[in-house]
Amino acid sequence: MSAALINLSYLTASVLFVFCLKGLSHPRTAVRGNLLGALGMLLAVAVTLLNRRIVSFEVILAGILCGSAVGAVFAVKVPMTAMPQMVALFNGFGGGASVLVAGASLLETISLGTPPSPRFLVAVAATGIVGAVTFWGSLVAFGKLQGLVTENAVVFRGQQAVNAVIGLACVVLGGWLVAVPDDPVRYLALAGAASVLGVLLVIPIGGADMPVVIALLNSYSGLAGAATGFVLDNNVLIIAGSLVGASGIILTKIMCKAMNRSLGNVLFGIGGTVGTAPAASGADIYEGKVKSASPEEVAMVFDAARRAVIVPGYGLAVSQAQHAVRDLANLLESRGCEVEFAIHPVAGRMPGHMNVLLAEANIPYDKLKEMDEANSGFAQTDVALVIGANDVVNPLARTDPDSPIAGMPILDVDKARTVVVIKRSLSPGFAGIPNPLFAADNTLMLFGDGKKAILELIAALKEF
Amino acid sequence: MEGLIASLTIFVLAIFVGFEVITKVPPTLHTPLMSGSNAISGITLVGALLSAGHQHTQLTTIFGFVAVVFATINVVGGFLVTHRMLGMFRKKEDR
Repeated sequence: MSAALINLSYLTASVLFVFCLKGLSHPRTAVRGNLLGALGMLLAVAVTLLNRRIVSFEVILAGILCGSAVGAVFAVKVPMTAMPQMVALFNGFGGGASVLVAGASLLETISLGTPPSPRFLVAVAATGIVGAVTFWGSLVAFGKLQGLVTENAVVFRGQQAVNAVIGLACVVLGGWLVAVPDDPVRYLALAGAASVLGVLLVIPIGGADMPVVIALLNSYSGLAGAATGFVLDNNVLIIAGSLVGASGIILTKIMCKAMNRSLGNVLFGIGGTVGTAPAASGADIYEGKVKSASPEEVAMVFDAARRAVIVPGYGLAVSQAQHAVRDLANLLESRGCEVEFAIHPVAGRMPGHMNVLLAEANIPYDKLKEMDEANSGFAQTDVALVIGANDVVNPLARTDPDSPIAGMPILDVDKARTVVVIKRSLSPGFAGIPNPLFAADNTLMLFGDGKKAILELIAALKEF
Repeated sequence: MEGLIASLTIFVLAIFVGFEVITKVPPTLHTPLMSGSNAISGITLVGALLSAGHQHTQLTTIFGFVAVVFATINVVGGFLVTHRMLGMFRKKEDR
């Protein structure tokens, strides 16, 4: 196959990738878009296998079989609640593959004896750094989401200084590799330093900040692919990598905006989101004002409701309550109550996490409302049911300019006639601050596990 | 040098295309977008195949093999799980 034909095929694959992402702009066209993307990948792989540089297929075949088996098992088995950690893990694999490809390419070039061009070496160094940061950062994110390592922020004194020094070391090692490329050990040192950086960059990030990290690592995995494209001088890698890089950056921006924080603030924890609020202030706010209700009392409120809005948070995912919520929504609708879902952009542990969970429970996507649309409807809502969400419905974001979440866009559930909050306890959310919503006059607290509470509520409602 | 400029041109333009296309993806599809774009970033597989198949030295072959495994997990797992997820998104009427 001639080089021109190969490159034309790569161009076709790139176009298919663009169509894939374009298809994802609507649920109706998304399935087809995804299939087009897979077709593009198949084309790119098939054409590559015709390349004359490939002398043997055994190793390739073995690798593809192993990878396909592992990938397919993951894809089929993973529960929707565990989607964030799976995406984190896959991001890591992409980054890891890039590091290895650039390393192999460097070894080949060095052993051929021809001095590699600075351009090639810069690309190798960039791939090594971005890829290793992605790989290790993603593994840490996976570990946090899977509960293998603490989900809390791990912070130590001088963390930023240490990160800066290691980041600088990566750049210096990269420069050294470009200047004196004859020893591949330098690449190893570079990848090692970047690995440490990857771990250190992600360990101080915890809990509700995870969506930002996952989106950012998504972007990095794309950029690592694009950098590999520069190493191999291959356009399809550059194009596909930069598309993914752009996607991750956009998602990161959306997540940051939804928390009213800058990216630097999230990454370096400036502003100290954890444990800054005095513990006593919670007691002041809640003292004697919190109304704990039984499932029967809450059912009575729902019995009279014409319009209800359900606000899911990470607690819904933790208690796997999505199917119970679906049953509740169906029951309410059969009783003539209009039901909608209001979804905050950072609810859950990754962008769109709640939407996927509710879709899994067969809740039609046109019932899922974005924040702005949902907020315009709360004033006409009889009951707002908050399940396992806290900071994203905290009115302090609107009222208290000194609060750590001041200015963060929230769902204005407090404007509904009655608010029912299903929650295990009054413990603060990730921002570490009390939530006056729980003590508001129109709020009823239904304490307990999300799924159990909803099942009890359904049972009580059926009595009416 | 000219080759570098050409590659950079493609890189920058592709990023802009990415921005334009992805800004239109609604929040409800952000998780499938991430897993789908993740599968696309498995395009590194193309480079991995060359390293694994070229068999220059034992070390590069090992690197290539592991890279093929990693990238294939990314590609196969990514597209499959996206397909599975998208199958769950329904409108009211086709319930």
